Amino acid sequence: MTAPMEPNSFRIGPDDEGMYGIFGGRFVAETLMPLILDLEKHWNAAKDEPAFRAELDHLGRHYTGRPSPLYFAERLTEHLGGAKIYFKREDLNHTGSHKINNCLGQILLAKRMGKTRIIAETGAGQHGVASATVAARFGLPCIVYMGATDVERQKPNVFRMNLLGAEVKPVSSGHGTLKDAMNEALRDWVTNVEDTYYLIGTAAGPHPYPELVRDLQSVIGTEAREQIQELEGRLPDAIVAAVGGGSNAIGLFHPFLDDRQVAIHGVEAGGHGLAGDEHCASMTAGRPGVLHGNRTYLLQNDDGQILDGHSVSAGLDYPGVGPEHSWLKDSGRVIYSPILDEEAIEAFQMTTRLEGIIPALESAHAIAHAIKLAPTMGRDQIMIVNFSGRGDKDVHTVGKMLGMEM
Amino acid sequence: MTTRIDRRFARLKEENRPALVTYFMGGDPDYETSLSIMKALPAAGSDVIELGMPFSDPMADGPAIQAAGLRALKSGQTLAKTLQMARDFREGDDDTPIVMMGYYNPIYIYGVERFLSDAKEAGIDGLIIVDLPPEMDQELCVPAIKAGLNFIRLATPTTDEERLPKVLENTSGFVYYVSMTGVTGSALPDTNNVSAAVSRIKEHTDLPICVGFGVKTARQAKAIGEAADGVVVGSAIVAAIAQCYDDNGKRIEDPAEAVATLVKGLADGVRSRQMA
Repeated sequence: MTAPMEPNSFRIGPDDEGMYGIFGGRFVAETLMPLILDLEKHWNAAKDEPAFRAELDHLGRHYTGRPSPLYFAERLTEHLGGAKIYFKREDLNHTGSHKINNCLGQILLAKRMGKTRIIAETGAGQHGVASATVAARFGLPCIVYMGATDVERQKPNVFRMNLLGAEVKPVSSGHGTLKDAMNEALRDWVTNVEDTYYLIGTAAGPHPYPELVRDLQSVIGTEAREQIQELEGRLPDAIVAAVGGGSNAIGLFHPFLDDRQVAIHGVEAGGHGLAGDEHCASMTAGRPGVLHGNRTYLLQNDDGQILDGHSVSAGLDYPGVGPEHSWLKDSGRVIYSPILDEEAIEAFQMTTRLEGIIPALESAHAIAHAIKLAPTMGRDQIMIVNFSGRGDKDVHTVGKMLGMEM
Repeated sequence: MTTRIDRRFARLKEENRPALVTYFMGGDPDYETSLSIMKALPAAGSDVIELGMPFSDPMADGPAIQAAGLRALKSGQTLAKTLQMARDFREGDDDTPIVMMGYYNPIYIYGVERFLSDAKEAGIDGLIIVDLPPEMDQELCVPAIKAGLNFIRLATPTTDEERLPKVLENTSGFVYYVSMTGVTGSALPDTNNVSAAVSRIKEHTDLPICVGFGVKTARQAKAIGEAADGVVVGSAIVAAIAQCYDDNGKRIEDPAEAVATLVKGLADGVRSRQMA
């Protein structure tokens, strides 16, 4: 196989049809097609409009608490004895993760489109909480679809959503995880087309969602790029983020894609290992297919049936990935590697003990990869890790795995 | 070029009656039973057969068809076996049109060219692929037409005047009007709305219009048949198959007989009205 031709810029996608090379697209039922065309039209009008940007920036600053700090993880760096590690602290955002960045943008869009009912899917519950939060803030009813398995392992987030006034609907089809929640949200949308806005939480789904979510999350990378130049006077040597659907990762990566000197690492959920089916490493171990409105790398069998996968982290427990990541993998710009459940748990503990910050299990995957990378780099080198969310929601899961009395 | 679908609708036009289009899931609950159901359909009064291809993530389907797909996959159904089912059926019936219905990914993984050539050889006449709107025509629709298969498009209540010509452009065989927004099997459509929608689509095409989503009884079939060139029944058939098994999966009734009884009733309903 010959290597694909290198594009002039990695930041120009998608094309008019919503494609990133062969990935992306609009693979949806006809009922939804007019809705996503309408969404695209409104987004294109809104995104460059000064008033829209101003309202979003204002909310980002005063509601979310942006810009999020770029924190030098001094003790972790010393411990590892290699590259300087910085955390982009999305865990300090209101609601505790990067998900709020996307939700605020989309709720403004929903309002602009005159929609009166919000639906969302959630895995770990972070996007569900962020959706319920913005729905409360803007006075709209919100229904969150959540896999029954995830409802069980992310109970604190279910309570939070309920307190915020959202209705959480457990989905028991499949393995009861994010994939099944997304199917059910799509079924709701196809039924309630007039009044409902589907607030997708990750940079996947039919065009324009992958682009829309990426643009809203790119605030992470834009800030990080400025902050590191302020702190270090130069760009980092490497950036690292965990990839489930891939919204925090694409948000950090996108502003750096054309800085060729910056190595970019995406971290997939390796679960119990890539030998069996107990993982969610769709790019490392899957192949291109069509699901949830887009073509992308998927975990599937030889008959094109989608597999369920596994990860200790509910937020990474998805058999697909955003289409732009698939394109970035094939183009070679981003290197994607798996991290095992146990490695993530180790990183979770190390970060907690050394830095006094409890990371979300999703973020712990990114840190685990940084722990591997840092010692291979020089002490004069710099790495940024996307600390996408706080780990309060995961203390039960981790406690159980460590045999603590809960 | 005419297909079995074109010939069937031409004949029904001469007979001055609408078509009964029946959907079932290939391989539900197992290959042999499913084949016996398929073979029983024409004699019971089905004019066009929709052969469902199971998919793990049927995003536009309601609970009945979701469950049918899972049963089929559990019994080992694959796209290759669904094609084989059509071949087996064709040994005894070379007239009844077969339309394969499902989602794109299994076909994409099978390989589009290989699928089209195998489908044609197996005696398939048309395709309905839920997640391939006109914007994605280069994927399968255009190659399918070149291979001599009908590509039947779904038109929905959200398909407005502006969009309708785009939806109809590469459609052949018939137009499948989804009578409501929602998943399969949800609710009874209002026949007045259906009638208006059919008239609206007819302004743009000479193709037969079949209407589905939510038709369960002979009376409803008759009412829809008054407005359309064909009535599609799916979830009711799939549910009738499920009811032939108890909670432990033990067979308490013959599914082929149960489906035949249901389809006979629906066919009587459809045929009880003569087209104006």
